[in-house]
Amino acid sequence: MSDLPKNDELFSKLDHRPSGGGDWMDTPIDIRPGMYCYTANPKSMETLSAPNARKWNPMEEDWLLPDNWQEIIHEGLKDRLERFRSLKIFMDICVRCGACSDKCHYFIGTGDPKNMPVLRAELLRSVYRNDFTTAGKIFGRVAGARPMTLEVLKEWWYYFFQCSECRRCSIFCPYGIDTAEITILGRELLNLLGLNIDWIATPVSNCYQTGNHLGIQPHAFKDMLEFFVEDIEDITGVNVMPNFNKKGADILFITPSGDVFADPGTYTCMGYLMLFHFLKEKYGLDVTWSTYASEGGNFGFFTSHETMKRLNAKMYAEAKRLGVKWIIGGECGHMWRVIHQYMDTMNGPADHLEAPVNPITGTKFENAASTKMVHIAEFTADLIKHGKLDLDPSRNDNLRLTFHDSCNPSRGMGLLEEPRYVIRNVAKHFYDMPANTIRENTFCCGSGSGLNAGEDMELRMAGGLPRANAVKHMNQKYDVNMLACVCAIDRAALPDLMSYWDTGADVIGVHELVGNALILPGEKERETDLRGEDLPGREEEADE
Amino acid sequence: MNGKYLYPFLAVCLLALIAWVGSDVFGLRLLFGVILPYAAVVVFFVGFVKRMLDWARSPVPFRIPSTAGQAKTLDWLPQNKIDSPFTTAGVVARMFLEVVTFRSLFRNTKMKINPDGRIAYDLEVFLWLAALAFHYTFLVVLLRHARFFLDPLPLPFEILETIDTFVQIGQPTISLSSFVLLAAVLYLFIRRLYIANVRYISLASDYFPLFLIIGIVLSGILMRYFFKVDVATAKEITYGLTTFQLPALAKLKEVGAIFYIHMFFVSVLLAYFPWSKLMHLGGIFLSPTRNLANNNRAVRHVNPWNYPVKVHTYEEYEDDFREKMIEAGLPVDKKE
Repeated sequence: MSDLPKNDELFSKLDHRPSGGGDWMDTPIDIRPGMYCYTANPKSMETLSAPNARKWNPMEEDWLLPDNWQEIIHEGLKDRLERFRSLKIFMDICVRCGACSDKCHYFIGTGDPKNMPVLRAELLRSVYRNDFTTAGKIFGRVAGARPMTLEVLKEWWYYFFQCSECRRCSIFCPYGIDTAEITILGRELLNLLGLNIDWIATPVSNCYQTGNHLGIQPHAFKDMLEFFVEDIEDITGVNVMPNFNKKGADILFITPSGDVFADPGTYTCMGYLMLFHFLKEKYGLDVTWSTYASEGGNFGFFTSHETMKRLNAKMYAEAKRLGVKWIIGGECGHMWRVIHQYMDTMNGPADHLEAPVNPITGTKFENAASTKMVHIAEFTADLIKHGKLDLDPSRNDNLRLTFHDSCNPSRGMGLLEEPRYVIRNVAKHFYDMPANTIRENTFCCGSGSGLNAGEDMELRMAGGLPRANAVKHMNQKYDVNMLACVCAIDRAALPDLMSYWDTGADVIGVHELVGNALILPGEKERETDLRGEDLPGREEEADE
Repeated sequence: MNGKYLYPFLAVCLLALIAWVGSDVFGLRLLFGVILPYAAVVVFFVGFVKRMLDWARSPVPFRIPSTAGQAKTLDWLPQNKIDSPFTTAGVVARMFLEVVTFRSLFRNTKMKINPDGRIAYDLEVFLWLAALAFHYTFLVVLLRHARFFLDPLPLPFEILETIDTFVQIGQPTISLSSFVLLAAVLYLFIRRLYIANVRYISLASDYFPLFLIIGIVLSGILMRYFFKVDVATAKEITYGLTTFQLPALAKLKEVGAIFYIHMFFVSVLLAYFPWSKLMHLGGIFLSPTRNLANNNRAVRHVNPWNYPVKVHTYEEYEDDFREKMIEAGLPVDKKE
């Protein structure tokens, strides 16, 4: 962390032209501290019987690989080419038009040409050509082929962990080539050799054993939510104690454990607790939390398809055990890509659940009829639309908001309007960022896909530059002081990013805004918001 | 000079030389005018179909469209039916616009850091324009060649030709498409060479088809406007090929080497096509991020190779934490 360059230093040395020209295949890899995450703890790898668990250091020459590692990679790639049409097509049809080249936030923030999506893919494609295409076998390097060497493997590791699987490039590709897919499968191959990072491997292990990434055990999970309940009671005078592992509840609620653990996600979590309490008191809706399915996120997704499935399985399993009707999922990015595009396929069909209907509004969530899981923003937007919430948006009057679309809900789901609708109804001052930086064009926080560790801070701050730059612009133009989001990794990562680039904005979850505005039945007059800061209009009174 | 474009350039020069020497010096006109074109067409079709089948047979385990607009969720929220299609009709519309108008490429922006430190992403349409010009004029040129293979020429081709040659300066009439095609392909070459990042990512296999196509267009233009190869004779030969009536050797001698160079370039392009990046022509139709509906939560997608995995069950979890759970007042399934 101490080596993190100052923001103007990082910014002024940005150069997006490949230095020296030359051939990228001849550019030696330079693994730099600050740009990578620590390697996986062997103990964490053993939980899920991951291969080649050992201590190793990427700065050392020897990565302690199995003797037949090249064969493992070759066979692994062959197997995946047979199982994924995406991989096969994406290996074959890129024309290197360069449309994707300046679309990657890591390229924009680092200027490293191997962070151009096309080159990131070429790292893998070059080996594919060498091993699996006739042209590559005959013409070798002239055909863009190169054999798998230790240098190449190191390059894969370094750059597949400098991609946050955000899919921005895939929107601009004329053939829809998705670097996320290439990174996902590239990381899967690396995992065959035990080349994971600890920021992914340990949460995966925790999630498998204790139900959530942070390894919060059941009694502690309950304790933590009870702390929030106490805080909320101090602020509102209302006890919002939730249900835990309750059989026969109407709905199971699952959210990333990050929101239980650290600010400002905790305030979003308080928002959920208040919302569900409100619905229980007003309409009798019975929502339960689970300590077993206590993780919405899925760092298995950043490891392999199989690991993703193993971690995701407990959502449906717990819903079945508790006998709930359907599931609501909290605010999270990659979690929602997994739920929206993978869960039903991997672990469904969830015939033990009912097609989701909001009993309060009568709305059938037809878009979730098969997966039976509804996004909290969809749920809340529906409630607001039907006038079912009592809201006082003036409690958010001190906030001048903009909204950060998270990568996965935008480009792997299409959840764009719901959060905006909720924000506009619980707060008055909302301004969208420039069109090329939001919605499907949104930029990553720079820390997605398991890269939100502390040791790769330079990578994160560089990768987050485009987002921070747009927020700063909003701050200068509209005095925006708060960046709203619907993602737990955003809430963990964006505060550092916002302060590093001096954007003048802090970070807030959409349901924290809801919690502030929501008028609970029987609440006392609030003096502070959920963060314990004076409510707008209250500051003067406090001074008097 | 960089080998990545030097080698392909020399390769294309060599191909021209082979066709010229072969047809003119060694008199292998039958080879260059008949045998190789036939072989190339066979390789093209067999190869193309083989590649498509190979892709089409590989499974699509997950439905992974890249969504570029609001999904269909709540009735009162406006869905983007094309960029976030929920139905097959939406997917067809998305694919149609993608294939016909290069919609994704049209989004292209150029990142620029302004002096005030603000990063801007301005629309960049030239790649899209050049790509459209290139592909459409290539198509027109291809269709215009129907007159060499069809007799009588169906009306639509006549009309196309009339439109294409509306600018008339002396004889023969000028086909606009050839020159726009040449300009577009030259632009694509020059941008590959002069935009530093694009040059950096380019491979020999990116330059080779460009040079080859430049060769085809140039040899065609030379044949028509400069060497003025007799169209009727050329047509007799090509029409003979389509109807499997082999042209007489005397006829083959009447057209000059430029005809054989042109034919040879086209043959090489056809034979090269299925094994190259040019297969994006077929691949785009199968791209899973574009040709699938964003209806994942409504309609279950089946993974043909889905297999059971080991999970940590609730029972195991409760076994691990039962005492702590009971102590914390959490419900448990088994009391001990």
